[in-house]
Amino acid sequence: MNGVHDMGGMTCFGPIVREENEPVFHAPWERRVFAMTMLAMGDAGNLDEFRHAIERMDPAHYLTSTYYEHWLAALETLAVENGVVTTSELATGMATSGSSGTPLDAEALPVVVRQGVSTQRETGRLTPRFKPGDRVVARNLNPPGHTRLPRYVRGKPGTISRVHGTFVYPDTNAHHGGEQPQPVYCVRFAARDLWGPATTRDSLYVDLWEDYLENAE
Amino acid sequence: MSTEHSHGRHATAPNPQLEKRLTPEQTQALDARVKALESVLVAKGLVSPASLDKLAEIYEHDLGPMNGAKVVARAWVDPAYKQRLLTNATAAIAELGFGGLQGEHMVVVENTPTIQNMVTCTLCSCYPWPVLGLPPVWYKSAPYRSRSVIDPRGVLREFGLELDESVEIRVWDSSAEIRYMVLPERPSGTEHMSEEELAALVTRDAMIGVARVNINQKATS
Repeated sequence: MNGVHDMGGMTCFGPIVREENEPVFHAPWERRVFAMTMLAMGDAGNLDEFRHAIERMDPAHYLTSTYYEHWLAALETLAVENGVVTTSELATGMATSGSSGTPLDAEALPVVVRQGVSTQRETGRLTPRFKPGDRVVARNLNPPGHTRLPRYVRGKPGTISRVHGTFVYPDTNAHHGGEQPQPVYCVRFAARDLWGPATTRDSLYVDLWEDYLENAE
Repeated sequence: MSTEHSHGRHATAPNPQLEKRLTPEQTQALDARVKALESVLVAKGLVSPASLDKLAEIYEHDLGPMNGAKVVARAWVDPAYKQRLLTNATAAIAELGFGGLQGEHMVVVENTPTIQNMVTCTLCSCYPWPVLGLPPVWYKSAPYRSRSVIDPRGVLREFGLELDESVEIRVWDSSAEIRYMVLPERPSGTEHMSEEELAALVTRDAMIGVARVNINQKATS
């Protein structure tokens, strides 16, 4: 979706504000939201729909709320939409239906964290269409749902820098449309092609799924 | 609202509408909301308080930029390791015992005298957790996310890094599941230092690419 989260290239947000020696969590509730989201996400939804739930926040609220408020909003949204909790349970803090799972053991967590959850796949579209050096154009796609194709590269020419492998496709996975794995590429864009004539030689490297790309004419 | 912006070249006053500040009342409300959700999830057997605490601890203490600093120091002293790091970062980082969530697929990009790499996530906050821990607030906020790609030179200037026109800036937008880390240049005058001493110089900001490693500056995070 063309949301405010897709902010690459905007210049209205003022200076970067930094906090010296900032803590990992600024309040106990942040710490609990972080951990709860990580632990509940297996049951509440997948990472792609989690990101999209954040993207679906009211734009003004998105811009003026703190980071972990985004996580909390997304977790509540998904937990309700995917039938894990009800809105009245959220309001009262009391579960009305019984337990549906066995929580991860605390002792098992370091191993789970160390293993990670890869979205690379040995299924789906495995043969890359493009190779390093190929000239491509990022397609002008404007899907209503989730995508990881930023607006600032749509319709712009680039060069394949690297072939990363085959990964779960977020545009379908976020909407329970299946993983549909396909090749992901690192695409190099020249700053002048994205932002207009410039004196700098800077470049942008953006990771894009194959369906986001087309051969340059 | 300030009207004297000029394409990011001069720092304008922070936009009060966008500054994130929580009042005590708002914090209380969030506390209550979080407690309610947690109670329900615990009652349904989806999370346990012990595992919540343990997971938060891991990200508060075990994972952080000190991990990435070890990777950088190893690459500085061992040319063969550096080659492995640049060729297959995930495997090389795993040699030092690091890897996992939000770092399953790593790429390390090397700074040179003519190339400065910078990592960002314009769409959200993607960041290489196993080597850098959780990202700082500025990395996840609108000003950096939006301007890192259109005005990297201006962003670096805000961080105190002024680059010559001959330096190419490469900005890496972490839009998929590959996570990036910068291998900063080793400062001169460090030839006598041990690997441990070198690691102590490497800051988180240098591994994101918004700073260089300075022989005089100890990493505090």
